Amino acid sequence: MAARPTTARRAGRILLYVVMIAAAAGIMLPFAWMVISSLKLNNQVFTAPVQWIPDPVQWRNYLDIWVKADMVTWVRNTLVLSVAVTFLQVLTGSFAAYGFAKMRFPGRDALFLLYIGTIAVPWQSYMIPQFQMISSWGLNNTLWAIMLLQAFGAFGVFLMKQYYESIPDSLSEAARIDGLSEYGIWWRIIMPLSVPALASLTIITFVSTWNDYLGPLIYLRDRELWTIQLGLQSFIGEYNAEHALIMTGSVLSVLPIALIFLLGQRYFVEGVATTGVKG
Amino acid sequence: MATPVADRRTLGFSQPERPPLRKPRTSLKLRNALVGWTFILPNFLGFAVLTLAPVLTLFYISLTSWNIFGKAEWVGLDNFARLLGDKSFHTALGNTFYYAALHIPITIVVSLSLALLLNQKLRGAAFFRTVAFFPYITSIVAVAVVWNMLFSPEYGPINQFLGLFVGGELPGWTVSKDWAMPAVIIVGTWKDMGYYMLLFLAGLQTVPGELHEAARIDGANAWQRFWNVTLPCLRPTMFFVTVMVTIQSFKVFDLILVMTDGGPGQATLVLSQYIYQKGFEQFEFGYASAVAVVLFFICILVTVVQFLYNKRKEA
Repeated sequence: MAARPTTARRAGRILLYVVMIAAAAGIMLPFAWMVISSLKLNNQVFTAPVQWIPDPVQWRNYLDIWVKADMVTWVRNTLVLSVAVTFLQVLTGSFAAYGFAKMRFPGRDALFLLYIGTIAVPWQSYMIPQFQMISSWGLNNTLWAIMLLQAFGAFGVFLMKQYYESIPDSLSEAARIDGLSEYGIWWRIIMPLSVPALASLTIITFVSTWNDYLGPLIYLRDRELWTIQLGLQSFIGEYNAEHALIMTGSVLSVLPIALIFLLGQRYFVEGVATTGVKG
Repeated sequence: MATPVADRRTLGFSQPERPPLRKPRTSLKLRNALVGWTFILPNFLGFAVLTLAPVLTLFYISLTSWNIFGKAEWVGLDNFARLLGDKSFHTALGNTFYYAALHIPITIVVSLSLALLLNQKLRGAAFFRTVAFFPYITSIVAVAVVWNMLFSPEYGPINQFLGLFVGGELPGWTVSKDWAMPAVIIVGTWKDMGYYMLLFLAGLQTVPGELHEAARIDGANAWQRFWNVTLPCLRPTMFFVTVMVTIQSFKVFDLILVMTDGGPGQATLVLSQYIYQKGFEQFEFGYASAVAVVLFFICILVTVVQFLYNKRKEA
């Protein structure tokens, strides 16, 4: 008699594993198809039935793409933007978060309410006035526009504030009694303790700047300013019959992000969970 | 498996203020406030100028007629009157609601199911979490082009696969007026579900195990335990996820821009894209801003309604 529930339980577990493996395969399928197609001859991409193993393997695609597309410029621009934006966001975000989490002064909560209020306001609704303003400063069609656009987001402030609040106040108070200034407390006590949150913010900001398509689409018109996303989209339009090569470009645009994600996954997950739990 | 941090204080607002031990002198208080402001100012200046100011000017611009040649000219509510008779706007509005009406529930159900699955402490769960989250961090351009190829009506793998089971005419996906929107919704859900799965997973960590145990002893089956224990405990997470996924659905843009460009015809034209077309392709800044005001109010309204609903449930 005792054996029956165990058998049912085991069957249930097996079923769960089957579901999990099937779901994983389904989710990854587009990526698998992307990588496989990137190594094919162009006329092998669409065949019936699908050819799952490229034969012959076309490593050439990964050389040709650098000649046919201006990948070097695009990657350079994207890298410049991602690094600058990440630096600014992490610096100003963690600095502001200290004011919100560790200090008390009039007007603080009202200010924070302004930050929270903008969560519900989509960027698409104010992109036009923002564009007018940035253009009036003469920064349209420069990389500066994208840096301004991305660097002062509310997200960094939220994430760091949430984390700072988990650090006991007794630490900063002890340092205050020892005569350390507020800036000193931020730099010497709080910052070293919040390395995991800083890592989360760095990774998340870098990736979202790397992937941003709309900002560059609106602001960057000159080819030499294009980011990898803009470049790839124009390449798709220009060589729309070169399916294999398009897939090669796609793989290259995703690859750096995939590597960063695999290395810093823990911080990614924690960052999302930190800002997410309880609205 | 590194579990996501579970116990966090409510987003925003300070911890209860402790009464000060002694009354600080006013000058000290002022100094303190000044120091506090210097911390916040670098970020807040950027935030105020680049986010708050545009949001406020949006309303002014929406009441003007402003194209690329002239200056803004006050026209009162003319732009909004024009919206009433604008067929393309109606199409965009309808399509946006179509997208939202399917994308919101499907994403919530799928991501919650994935989170529940991962919460079963299966071996390989950490790997699966990575896999499910991966689409969320990949760029929209690469994702859209791959899916467009997969959806290719004649030789695409999806229709080849469907052809094994279904006879007759297969969906035309992104080149068909009826199927373009479902195709976009499928990709949107596939891309976003990993993010919401993580949020749900973090929420599930806060469900007390004893409650489940007690319900099990009382003879509740798995479904009853989910419905009467897990779901009520998840309400804060559910609220946050619903708000986020709703706003995300109503502002959907880049996915559609790169997958279908609003087509075929206007089959997938959405509000955000209509703002973009009017503003950045036809340079009717005033009129585009009027459309943007509509989008703004939809998002605010939905958030407020969900907030009130959540409040009432909590009470």
